[in-house]
Amino acid sequence: MPAPKSGSILRRPSRGTAVASAALGLSLVLAGCGGSNVAGGGGGNAAASNPECAAFSQYGDLSGTRVTIYTSIVSPEDEPHINSYKPFEECTGAQIVYEGSKEFEAQLPVRVQAGSPPDIAYVPQPGLLKTLVTQNPGAVKPAPQAVVANVDQYYSETFKAAGSVDGTLYGAPLGSNVKSYVWYSPQAFAAKGYTVPKTWDEMVTLSNRITADGGKPWCAGIASGDATGWPLTDWLEDVMLRENGPEVYDQWVSHAIPFNDQRVVRALDRVGSILKNPQYVNGGLGDVASIATTTFQDGGLPLLDGTCYLHRQANFYAANFPEGTDISENGQAFAFELPPINPAQPQTILVGSEFVAAFSDRPEVQAFQAYLSSPEWANAKAKAGSELGQSGWLSANTGLDPNNLSNPIDKLSAEILQDESKTFRFDGSDLMPAAVGSASFWRGMTDWITGQNTSDTLTYIEESWPASS
Amino acid sequence: MTLLDKLLQLLVAVAVFAAVMGVVLLVANRARGRRTDLVSGIAFTAPALLLLLIGLLYPATRTVVQSFLDARSAGFVGLDNYIRIFTQPDLVVVLRNTLLWVVITPILSTAIGLVYAVLVDRTRFEAFAKALIFLPMAISFVGAAIIWKFVYEYRPNQQNIQQIGLLNQFIVWLGFEPMNFILATPWNNLLLIVVMIWIQAGFAMTVLSAAIKAIPSDIIEAARLDGVGGLRLFFYITLPSIRPAVVVVVTAISIAVLKVFDIVRTMTGGQFGTSVVANEFYVQSFRLSDLGMGSALAMILFILVVPIVVYNVRQMRKVDA
Repeated sequence: MPAPKSGSILRRPSRGTAVASAALGLSLVLAGCGGSNVAGGGGGNAAASNPECAAFSQYGDLSGTRVTIYTSIVSPEDEPHINSYKPFEECTGAQIVYEGSKEFEAQLPVRVQAGSPPDIAYVPQPGLLKTLVTQNPGAVKPAPQAVVANVDQYYSETFKAAGSVDGTLYGAPLGSNVKSYVWYSPQAFAAKGYTVPKTWDEMVTLSNRITADGGKPWCAGIASGDATGWPLTDWLEDVMLRENGPEVYDQWVSHAIPFNDQRVVRALDRVGSILKNPQYVNGGLGDVASIATTTFQDGGLPLLDGTCYLHRQANFYAANFPEGTDISENGQAFAFELPPINPAQPQTILVGSEFVAAFSDRPEVQAFQAYLSSPEWANAKAKAGSELGQSGWLSANTGLDPNNLSNPIDKLSAEILQDESKTFRFDGSDLMPAAVGSASFWRGMTDWITGQNTSDTLTYIEESWPASS
Repeated sequence: MTLLDKLLQLLVAVAVFAAVMGVVLLVANRARGRRTDLVSGIAFTAPALLLLLIGLLYPATRTVVQSFLDARSAGFVGLDNYIRIFTQPDLVVVLRNTLLWVVITPILSTAIGLVYAVLVDRTRFEAFAKALIFLPMAISFVGAAIIWKFVYEYRPNQQNIQQIGLLNQFIVWLGFEPMNFILATPWNNLLLIVVMIWIQAGFAMTVLSAAIKAIPSDIIEAARLDGVGGLRLFFYITLPSIRPAVVVVVTAISIAVLKVFDIVRTMTGGQFGTSVVANEFYVQSFRLSDLGMGSALAMILFILVVPIVVYNVRQMRKVDA
């Protein structure tokens, strides 16, 4: 998905309307299922004869059962998802009912508390998963044995830990993303004779050179509805990792050191040395403050007109370039890893992921969970996305064959995620309590980019940290 | 659930409804003697009262209770949530913004609607002029907010970049630098308020225009014979005659303004110091799962609405009397 934390500006007018239309949407889906149910039954019969169904025999015959899914992944990203369930539906006879909503994050807790949760929800943040597990004892079911086995076999420890609460695995990772990227235009670089920087200092040198050539090196945008500010949290997390290493990062994320520790101050000032430098930003978009009002979707587009040259954003940004953009190593847009700062620290990749949480332990739900955590699904989803020409999606499943991803940036990201020599850390704001990770951290970063100083900003966020956690 | 299941459910629902109605009518019909009125009265109002109890009183009471509890509605925290609302700088800004909205919007929309209604009254193009100002009423708050977002949109004045925002394009034509309006705290609140005024002025105009037309023509004629015209006619005759309508318009808009949420959420998401109580209530309750704080904010909203409603009802009574 393009943005786990994205907030569309096209919000529903009110909760009531949203619920009503969601209900309407659901009932339409239900109505449509009358027909597909029959087809599903036919598929069940085909299961025995179809050799492609061999991998699904472990799930048994699930004819006549239904699994409901609730997620924030909406059109057009939902289409490859729905397509990727077809092998499962055809071979087991189970029926998957998909419901996507932009208001997912607010509505899911409401549905859980009201006692009418979906069978499965794709939770975009581990912090939200933790909140759901701890605030509603018993509502979220621990992952079944088959899922635990898959996660142990196919996912690295970082992802398993992020889907676990107090040592119990609740959610297997679904789609994942690589966040430590700097987007650039290989064609523009070639035309100007710039080269991809290998260290932070080289990157600053390059920025100065672009400035000397009369250009603005960087562009950025952090507006994202009521989630405005989140791209800056990723910036700070990346710099924290590169300056102080993963251990200090972990302490910071878990609040073992204060949010406004001197090391964090230094890291944010380093971010500021780029983003708050009027010489460096905001290519084609305005002054420093314009970063706050530029949507994150628009933030990197000036790369294509040569009004800026560098844009730090995750792999899913690929989906935001206009259709037909050549995203490849020698194309109009590509990305390199945000370079290291401190040679003593390992090059750490910031990652994010959504997780499959189940609110029911019926056999068909568990079977579907197992399918979603298997390499079969990751490959089916990759193929489904490639068929539709979509880019910006990948899985951290090591069973994923990168060749099923059509886009070079997706392939590169999949290879990075499967590279055992790399160190990974999960997006920190996603792990922090909601009062920080999806409130004061975002707001603080927004105030910071519009002029508030570093220490006031970090102190404001530190003071908002809930006493209980 | 198959289609048959759903049809069955529907049938059951209709049957239950019919049964309840049957019992109500039966009880009302059976009542005899001195207490006929009382029994039939209770029979007819009981279902409505019951629904009111379940749908309104119970949640309202729960909200009151929750506003004194912590984020997870587990522990009692007394007035903590309320104290935070009035002391935490973020939330004080929210209260200030709500005050700005409530004071400015009703007054300006009513004034604009009134002046407009008087100006177009009995002119040749009255119908067209009225339709023009009434049109925004047909647009949802979210739609209106998106339209105005484009009006305020900012692009820098560099490297042949074209403005896409109407307001900034005017500024550039006049030879000034474009401005990033949405960031100009606290003035950006006024820019958001303009959207609401744009929508509500049509409503004010419609109601007030009808009231003006309802003024008996002999009063106007008498005034004119006495040599009263223009502004004096407006202040001495028109305005006093339509006073009840003005009160209704002002209070109705005030209540709508207190609940404003869509505009703020769509245009800024409450960023850059533009959040209002209703928006903050949503954020606290649903995004941050802080039910205590959310309920306390809902209570504040409720407390703010009460005096307006009371005033409105009293005015209506005066008019009727």
